[in-house]
Amino acid sequence: MTIELPCVVNRESIVLNVHPMARLLDVLREQLHLTGTKEGCGEGECGACSVFINGKIVNSCLVPVAQVEGAEIKTIEGIATDNQLHAVQQAFIDCGGAQCGICTPGMVLAAVDLLERNPNPTDAEIRTGLAGNLCRCTGYIKIFESVVRACQER
Amino acid sequence: MRAYIPSYQLVTPPSLGEALDVLAADGGVWRPFAGGTDLMVLLEAGKLPHKNYLNIWNLKELRGIEVTAQHVTLGALTTYTEVQQEKVLQEEFPMLCQAASETGGLAIQNRGTLGGNIVNASPAADSPPALLTYDAELELISLGGARWVAYHGFHTGYKQMIIRPDELLTRIRLPRSADKLQHYYRKVGTRKAQAISKVCFAGTAQVRDGKIEDLRIALGSIAPVPLRCVKTEDALRGSELNQPAIAQARAVLANEIVPIDDIRSTSNYRHQVSLNLLEDFLRQLSA
Ligand SMILES: Cc1cc2nc3c(=O)[nH]c(=O)nc-3n(C[C@H](O)[C@H](O)[C@H](O)COP(=O)(O)OP(=O)(O)OC[C@H]3O[C@@H](n4cnc5c(N)ncnc54)[C@H](O)[C@@H]3O)c2cc1C
Ligand code: FES
Ligand code: FES
Repeated sequence: MTIELPCVVNRESIVLNVHPMARLLDVLREQLHLTGTKEGCGEGECGACSVFINGKIVNSCLVPVAQVEGAEIKTIEGIATDNQLHAVQQAFIDCGGAQCGICTPGMVLAAVDLLERNPNPTDAEIRTGLAGNLCRCTGYIKIFESVVRACQER
Repeated sequence: MRAYIPSYQLVTPPSLGEALDVLAADGGVWRPFAGGTDLMVLLEAGKLPHKNYLNIWNLKELRGIEVTAQHVTLGALTTYTEVQQEKVLQEEFPMLCQAASETGGLAIQNRGTLGGNIVNASPAADSPPALLTYDAELELISLGGARWVAYHGFHTGYKQMIIRPDELLTRIRLPRSADKLQHYYRKVGTRKAQAISKVCFAGTAQVRDGKIEDLRIALGSIAPVPLRCVKTEDALRGSELNQPAIAQARAVLANEIVPIDDIRSTSNYRHQVSLNLLEDFLRQLSA
């Protein structure tokens, strides 16, 4: 049983034909081919699948697609505007904030979310902002530095 | 193994009335689905045997926070993020805000709901100890009408509750207190974010002239249900705030809790930490 479900993905209005219980993560990756959103754990622990729904960061592995009817979704593919990288993306490149890259889309979204809520975060606030995102490669220091750099650049 | 998605159903009723119709018509066939932060984990793990869900995420009646002279009333769908943003809660119910801020990471806090935390009924959940000490009441609604019940007593055994299959938890009400309370909340887990508690302690007290006039204590992860520690409270109520009273309270609490060994911790550790937290709570009370 599938349903027709209107929503907005990266500023484009679309109508999905989906099973209501399908994970938003799978719909984004498999139907819309937005493979920037990654699956790490599939159980809300790692943040690799982070997306924005109506401006709030969520784990797309835990969202059944029925719950985004009429919602505005933004994925990592929608973060750069007009071929201009977001300051956070540029900072990750400049500071070596990515290695294998699986955690990176989620880390970037968590940092974008943090800076939108709090343009001048303290070190502790940066750590809290990234606390829901796991990285198995970098040891976190370069990610942390990337976020600090992004704050300075803005 | 992952679940086979097409074997599930998730329907979205347009209103609370229609949601209650569905719940009543086929008693027990449909179960509520809120933020999904507990249910989707089970689904992904192939451990969600029940198949039919009612999506309540859009029901306005279950959202919002209302403040009156007597109460702060939260919709069951209030998220942890919304809890932390509410000024009256920060000022008068700080342990609930602290519990919310220590639940999962931000992405979980944007989706997880207070109602889901209560009805999921994990003894390790972090809001229940705070809700118990604040004497929370729950509104349960079915086609037959609404009833308010005390949260203390809502859990009757491991994952057993007095809510019926045709009922929704719609609101959570906290009585405001004119008295100046002291609050103490500690979650002990393996790391600060995302960790499920090994022990969670919430306590409030009113102290005057070195004497404990009134107090509330509740713990998580130390019994099959989130536990209001009434015996320990009784032992301390009216007593002086001194070393013999603390020693006596430790002995009472030791008999009141029944922690278990599991993957997160041992009974022994939980026992010891609970008693230490009680002592820390009492020592931090200013006379
Ligand atoms: C990574 C991660 C970290 C977590 N960390 C913590 C933590 O630190 N502390 C903690 O306590 N929890 C934690 N949780 C668990 C979870 O986030 C909470 O229990 C959350 O509050 C559940 O709410 P929900 O709306 O997502 O519930 P759902 O998953 O939608 O539902 C949970 C249960 O409640 C029932 N239900 C929901 N709403 C209602 C209602 N209004 N009326 C009747 N029944 C209802 C559902 O039928 C289901 O049985 C974590 C989960 C994840 C994935
Ligand atoms: S894949 Fe969603 S949080 Fe890990
Ligand atoms: S760069 Fe590999 S997981 Fe973070």
